[in-house]
Amino acid sequence: MNPRTAQKIAFTLLFGATALVVLPVLVILGIIVAKGVSAISGEFLFSMPRAGMTAGGILPAILGTLYLVGGAVLFAVPLGVLAAVYLVEYARDTRLSRLIKLAIVNLAGVPSVVYGLFGLGIFVTFFGFGASILAGSLTLGIMILPVIITSTREALESVPRSFRVVSLSLGASRWQTIRHSVLPHALPGILTGTILGLGRAAGETAPILFTVAAFYLPRLPQSVFDQTMALPYHLYVISTQVPGIAENTRYGTALVLLALVLLLNLAAIVLRSRFRRKKKW
Amino acid sequence: MKPNLRRLKEKVIEKAISLSGVISIVFVLLIFLFLLREGLALFRKEGVFAFLFGKNWYPISEPPQFGILPLVLGSLLVTGGAALISVPIGIAAALFIAEIAPPRLREIMKVGIELLAAIPSVVIGFIGMITLGPWLKNLFGIPTGLTALTGSVTLAFMAMPTIVSIAEDAITAVPRQYREAAIAMGATKWQTTWRIVARAARPGMLAAVMLGIGRVIGETMAVMMVTGNAARIPRSILEPVRTLTATVAAEMGETVQGGSHYAALFAIGIVLFVITFIINGVADYALHRSQH
Repeated sequence: MNPRTAQKIAFTLLFGATALVVLPVLVILGIIVAKGVSAISGEFLFSMPRAGMTAGGILPAILGTLYLVGGAVLFAVPLGVLAAVYLVEYARDTRLSRLIKLAIVNLAGVPSVVYGLFGLGIFVTFFGFGASILAGSLTLGIMILPVIITSTREALESVPRSFRVVSLSLGASRWQTIRHSVLPHALPGILTGTILGLGRAAGETAPILFTVAAFYLPRLPQSVFDQTMALPYHLYVISTQVPGIAENTRYGTALVLLALVLLLNLAAIVLRSRFRRKKKW
Repeated sequence: MKPNLRRLKEKVIEKAISLSGVISIVFVLLIFLFLLREGLALFRKEGVFAFLFGKNWYPISEPPQFGILPLVLGSLLVTGGAALISVPIGIAAALFIAEIAPPRLREIMKVGIELLAAIPSVVIGFIGMITLGPWLKNLFGIPTGLTALTGSVTLAFMAMPTIVSIAEDAITAVPRQYREAAIAMGATKWQTTWRIVARAARPGMLAAVMLGIGRVIGETMAVMMVTGNAARIPRSILEPVRTLTATVAAEMGETVQGGSHYAALFAIGIVLFVITFIINGVADYALHRSQH
């Protein structure tokens, strides 16, 4: 075959493959928006479910998810940022730092349902928190730790070495240098990681199945030791476990969850690209 | 602040930093430890062999049988199918994005792929259940649309973002001189891409495929919603199956803490942990080698 023709055919095929990867996003979004938007109303978003979830709103699921992701970030961000500071600023390229990096890769690869088992074993049972917001948040927090560490590392590594050298040569200590000359410049990157972590935690179902999620609990949680409903689990419940739920209620719930997660991710993408563009050093 | 107080504060902070540094290792160990703590009892009672190769998963019959072979085969079938679909498409898309697409299109595609990766698995499962399931049911004239194939197609889309983004990194990392040399010798863009660049990026692509497969094996909610959940040894890809992950997620709620069924589900967790640990280790090794 003529190499030019071969190239044309190959490029068309590759473009087709790429379209196949990207198109489902639009299809999924299209279907859910088209069928779910009619369910969205003030009552749907801001009231309690009634009559075994067939009527009323999804407020406790929305709030429950916000509590859970808030708790997860509160736990994971300080820990993840410090871990990244250690890797970039303190650790030399030793066997230990190799091992840490391997552990991060593995932590990112552990199946979400295994996180659920772990949370059940350690937080619910061993520490005796019971199925609670606390147990669920901690489980989600450990799950998003790799996201936070990776983003923070990337941000710290992008700060030029000269910033550190100048600060140290002026007599600042190592921590002062990190605190005043490195971290401020890495802040947008850390924020990006935090938002990505929020999005990931908001959408996960398996880690909260056994650690916090309540099937049907039409009241708001009073403390961190309470169970709560959560959006992703609620979507699972009403689409597989409870018959007789109106179709647009299901799509509406999926729409709220999808909107929350995709908006968080879009925010992170925009923030990251602006951060990358702005850097002129 | 007084100088020695400041030094103390810095000491504390630096201690916290080095403690946090190893936190990832601590958590990986803790996860494994707690899985063992709750799951080992089953191996002691039933034996590892009977657990791994037993043909019957009847956790609530009397006496219960905890053979996970049907679940392992279910996971393998769904994962194999998903890999067959997602690997060629994912690698092709990575080549297109890294080598061929103009910059603007590349940025748009990359955002699209990142968003696909971000869609919660329960939403993908919901869509698969409601659209893909009925469609496959009509297409093949089968009694239920919730089958291993439905799972494979659904999970293929969840593996693609991982495969594309990591393979794309590997392709972009191929030195420019390789391309320039090939073009200078009269090769077309496509010949260069396929015979030079794709070949040089092979270790990174292997890692991409491994990580994609790792994601699929560990995927829980979507697979539970679309595969029909029949814990039998599958005879065809058009039958309902049940995976390891779905079994844990679906049955934990019915168990008594400390009972055999409870321990058996943690034992499945051990199996999953070991599988993904090996996959991620190999992928990390391949990535590490491709960078040097």
